[in-house]
Amino acid sequence: MGEWPLIAGQIFNGFSVASLYVLAALGLALSFGLMRVINMAHGEMLMLGGYLAYLTLQVVPGPLGILAAMPVAFLGAAAVGAVLETTLIKRLSARPLDTLLATWGVSLILQQAARNIFGAIGVDVRAPDWLNHAYTVPSGLLEGLTIPATRLFILGVAFAVMGALSLLLARTRIGLLVRAVNQDRGMAAASGINVRAVDLSVFCLGTGIAGLAGVVLALLGPVTPNVGQSYVVPAFLVVVLGGLGSLKGTAIASLIVGLFSALVQILVDVSLAQVLLLLFVIGFIQFRPQGVVAVRSRALDA
Amino acid sequence: MADTLLKLDGVATAYGQSQALWDIDLEVPAGSAVALIGRNGVGKTTLLKTIIGAQRLSGGRMTFQGRDVSALGPHQRARAGIGYVPQGRHIFPHLTVRENLETGLSALAGRAGGAGAMSKSAIGAGIPDHIFDLFPKLAQIINRKGGVLSGGEQQQLAIGRALAGQPRLLLLDEPTEGIQPSVVQQIEDALRRIRAELGVTVLIVEQYLDFAWSFADSYRVMQRGRIIRAGSTREETAAEVAHLVNI
Repeated sequence: MGEWPLIAGQIFNGFSVASLYVLAALGLALSFGLMRVINMAHGEMLMLGGYLAYLTLQVVPGPLGILAAMPVAFLGAAAVGAVLETTLIKRLSARPLDTLLATWGVSLILQQAARNIFGAIGVDVRAPDWLNHAYTVPSGLLEGLTIPATRLFILGVAFAVMGALSLLLARTRIGLLVRAVNQDRGMAAASGINVRAVDLSVFCLGTGIAGLAGVVLALLGPVTPNVGQSYVVPAFLVVVLGGLGSLKGTAIASLIVGLFSALVQILVDVSLAQVLLLLFVIGFIQFRPQGVVAVRSRALDA
Repeated sequence: MADTLLKLDGVATAYGQSQALWDIDLEVPAGSAVALIGRNGVGKTTLLKTIIGAQRLSGGRMTFQGRDVSALGPHQRARAGIGYVPQGRHIFPHLTVRENLETGLSALAGRAGGAGAMSKSAIGAGIPDHIFDLFPKLAQIINRKGGVLSGGEQQQLAIGRALAGQPRLLLLDEPTEGIQPSVVQQIEDALRRIRAELGVTVLIVEQYLDFAWSFADSYRVMQRGRIIRAGSTREETAAEVAHLVNI
C-alpha cells in the first residue's frame, strides 16, 4: 500500500468530517443569520437526536429503523426548539448576552436530564447491516483504500439536507419570506409578513436539522449526555469561519475545517492537528474577519 | 363626506426615554389624500412609522376602518389594509423585482376577496396586473435584483410592492426624494392614477409643496412632534403655509 490510498483516504475522511460539521453547523447558521441568536443549547439538539434514534430503534428494530429515526429526530428536536424559542429566546430577543447565558443553562439542564434518564454511560445505536460494511478498492493506484458505508451515508445525508435547504430558501414561498425578513426585518413586517412566525419556523428548522445530525452521529459512536459538546465547538468554529449566518459559507468552511484536520493528521497526531486547526482559524479570521463569504447585511441567501 | 378611514386620537410615541410625538389628532377620510408637511426632523416619518406599528404608541389610540388597531403589530396592520412606502424605499436588495412584489402579497393573508375583480398578472403569480400597468418598467426588469436598480426603479418597485397587498390606505414617505427629474413626473402621474383608478386613500409626506397641493385635498403641518396646523389645499394656497415649512 503506497501513499496515494492514504492521502485519498484522508481526503475522504475530510469530506466525511465536513459533512458532520455542516449538519451540526447549519442550524446555528440559520438561527444566527436570521435572528442573531447564539444558541448554546444547539449541541444538546444533536444529543436529543441521538437518543431519539436510540429510542426509535427500540420500537423499529429492523434494517429501516435508522431511516425511521431521521424524521422522528427531526420533528422531536424541532418541537423542543419550538418550546425553547417561545418560552425563552423570544423573550430575550434584543439581549444577545442574556440569550447566550440562558441557552447555556438550558444546555446544562438537558445534559443532566439525559444523564438521569439514560445514565452517564452512552447508549449504542447499531448501524443496520446495509450500512455495516465497507468498500475496498481492489486494484490500481488506490489499491487498499477502504470506505465505510456509514461514512458515505452521512455524506449523502449532508448533501441531501444542503440541497433541500437551498431549494426551500430559493424556491418556496416560506423561503421567500425568510429571505425577506433576513434582508429587512422592519420592511418585511410592514409588508404583511408575520416576522415572529418566520423566526419560529427557522429556529425549529435549525434545531430539527441538528436532531437529524444527531442520528447520523449515533452511527459513529455511542450517544452520551455530552455528545453534543464535542461537535458544537467545531460547529461554532465553522459558523464563524464561514461568515456568520451564510449558508454557502457554512458549507465551504465545513469543507475547509474537515479537509484541514484530516490532511494535517497525515503528518501529525490528532491533538496537534486540533491545535493547528485552531491556529489556522485564528489566523484566517485575522486576515479575513468577515469569514469565507462576506455577509454585509444579515444574509441567509443560500 | 366619506367615512373616516384612519383616526388618531391624542397619539404619542417615544424613542426610549425621549418623546417624539405629542398629542397627534388626525383624521383621514376614505378616498382622500392628506399631505403631511414640515421641516426635517419634526416627526413626519415617526408619525408614519407609528401608524404602521413600527413605533409603539405611548399614549392615545388609533382606529382604522372603525376598529381599534392601537395594539396590533406591523404585519397585522399591513393585513388590515395599510400599505407603506418608506423613505429610502427599503427594497429587499437580494430579492428580484418579482420576489419583492411577491412579499407584498403577504398583506392579503386572511383577507377575504380583496378588491373583488382583481385581474391577476401573467408575469408574476398573484401580482395584480395594474401594478405593471402603472409601472411598465417593472415588467421589463422583473428578474433583476432589487439592489442593482436605479433610485427611480426602486421607488416604482416600492410603490408596486405596497400595492400588491391591495391597501386601502397608502402611506408614502417622500416618494420623489432623490429621484432623477425625468422619473419624478412618472411617479407623480402614477400616484394620481392610484388615487383616481384604484380609489386608494393616501397619506403622503411631501417636501415639494407644488406637488402636495396639486395632489392632496388637505394638509397637516408638523413642528416639533406636533401637528400645528391643518387645512384644505383647495381653500388655501401653498404660499400661505410655506413659511412654516421652508427654512
